[in-house]
Amino acid sequence: MTTTDIPAAGVRAARRPAPGDKRPRRRREGAAWVFLSPWVLGAAVLTLLPMAVSLYLSFTDYDMFNPPHWVGLRNYVQMFTEDPRYWRSVGATLGYVVIAVPLQLALALLIALALKSMKRGKAFYRSAFYAPSLLGASMSVALVWRAVFNDGGTVDNLLSAVGIHTGGWVNRPGWALLAVALLTVWQFGAPMVIFLAGLQQIPAELYEAAAVDGASRWRQFVSVTLPMLSPVLFFNLVLQTIQAFQVFTPAFAVSAGKGGPADSTLFYTLYLYDRGFVASHMGYASAMAWTLLLVIGAVTAVLFRTSRTWVFYADEGDR
Amino acid sequence: MLYPLAWLLATSLKPADEVIASLRLLPSRLEWSNYTTALDGVSDVPVSRMLANSLLIAGGAVLGNVLSCSLAAYAFARLRFRLRGPLFAFMIATIMLPHHAVLIPQYIIFNQLGMVNTYWPLILPKFLATEAFFVFLIVQFMRGLPRELEEAARIDGCGPFRSFLQVILPLTRPALITTAIFTFIWTWNDFFTQLIYLFSPEKFTLTLALRSFVDASSQSAYGPMFAMSVIALLPIVLFFLAFQRFLVEGMASSGIKG
Repeated sequence: MTTTDIPAAGVRAARRPAPGDKRPRRRREGAAWVFLSPWVLGAAVLTLLPMAVSLYLSFTDYDMFNPPHWVGLRNYVQMFTEDPRYWRSVGATLGYVVIAVPLQLALALLIALALKSMKRGKAFYRSAFYAPSLLGASMSVALVWRAVFNDGGTVDNLLSAVGIHTGGWVNRPGWALLAVALLTVWQFGAPMVIFLAGLQQIPAELYEAAAVDGASRWRQFVSVTLPMLSPVLFFNLVLQTIQAFQVFTPAFAVSAGKGGPADSTLFYTLYLYDRGFVASHMGYASAMAWTLLLVIGAVTAVLFRTSRTWVFYADEGDR
Repeated sequence: MLYPLAWLLATSLKPADEVIASLRLLPSRLEWSNYTTALDGVSDVPVSRMLANSLLIAGGAVLGNVLSCSLAAYAFARLRFRLRGPLFAFMIATIMLPHHAVLIPQYIIFNQLGMVNTYWPLILPKFLATEAFFVFLIVQFMRGLPRELEEAARIDGCGPFRSFLQVILPLTRPALITTAIFTFIWTWNDFFTQLIYLFSPEKFTLTLALRSFVDASSQSAYGPMFAMSVIALLPIVLFFLAFQRFLVEGMASSGIKG
């Protein structure tokens, strides 16, 4: 990764200036901080400070009008033991992550494999499949989703025509969550593009060698494609998982901001918004935010930990 | 794959009685009045005003991101300074930081500055390079440029500022264009931040207008609602069609060359 060349660059920097002449180096160092100043200001005032403040607020009662009032672990205790809606929001979010992310990545990989071997029209299909990734995040498409999966919507009508009466997905617990998950799966274009780029970097010799050894198509996929693609797969998995934990717009649109039916689409972020900005319990919402931060951190750490067993880096042999 | 988009377009032109009941995609006759109703907007604020609001916010965000992210990226990619390693690692870590962990204090800060219900909370953070993803993207691109360029410029008497402006920046154009396009589309699609910070209808963006349109009208206004959806989606579609090559390449390169 990129971070590995930083020490090397540092050594080079230390070696370069002529002995006794420190001024140019210091001026260049000053220049670096000038370039960096907007970022430093943003990182301090809009990232680090808010993180510290939200940690503090999570131990308080705060309604934006009166000064924060220290309550210790009260918010966390309430979250974990006295608030069934909190746990329903955790359940909805986990259910959504577990359904949407693997389905989306599997579809992305499948389509990327199909596109890779295409001779003609590859660019067209790549763009057409990618389009939903950009458009699907919009309110417009989320509203389309609600209408299409509603009682009497296209999906409901089609299923009724073959004898399955759902009464509309968005009105039924479980089904509504599935509808939101499908909206995410539909946006498989972004990971697909990354898969495709990864596939194109696998040397053709590997496949030729495998073919000479008599490996079947499936065997080539398992023994060549998957290991060579595992860093890209890992990248997509981490990225999509982190994003899925934070999804807001489709759940808001499908349930008109309420997280229904029966809290089945009450995603974590939707409940956080509800507690903080609708009910003005900023302390409670901060506790939720910090818990989310820790959970995402832990999930990412676990993914990195397990990646050692299945992610294969081709340049490892050189070190 | 593109069926939902076709459905959106078709439904925006359907007469009221066909919107829900009909399985057919195409309307029996084109109902242009959906669009004239939609253009009237919500709460007496016309759609043209909301379109202008959306454009202003997205335009400001693009300018801010391109400026501040390219400055920070140049320092990280090409200059040497103490703490570069730790700061770079921190910058990468903020890509994974959930927005919600900083959301509430940010809101409190902007509230105390009297900036809630203005566009500042939506634009100002972009001028401070808070979207680390783009800093990273530009860093990756700048690292690919040959070092000799700046060394030649230095021999010709260029300081870091001139060689940034005259040598590096022009060569970084593809990454800057990718940053600009993604920023525009993401800001345009953003709902959460706008929902929190804006509450006067005359300040609404198209996304917020859509939401309150849904709240205010019943199923009978489905046609106009989807007409407004089409209007809200149109700029992204146009951007996508115009710049799809940059978008797809940008996505592929930012994801891979890690």
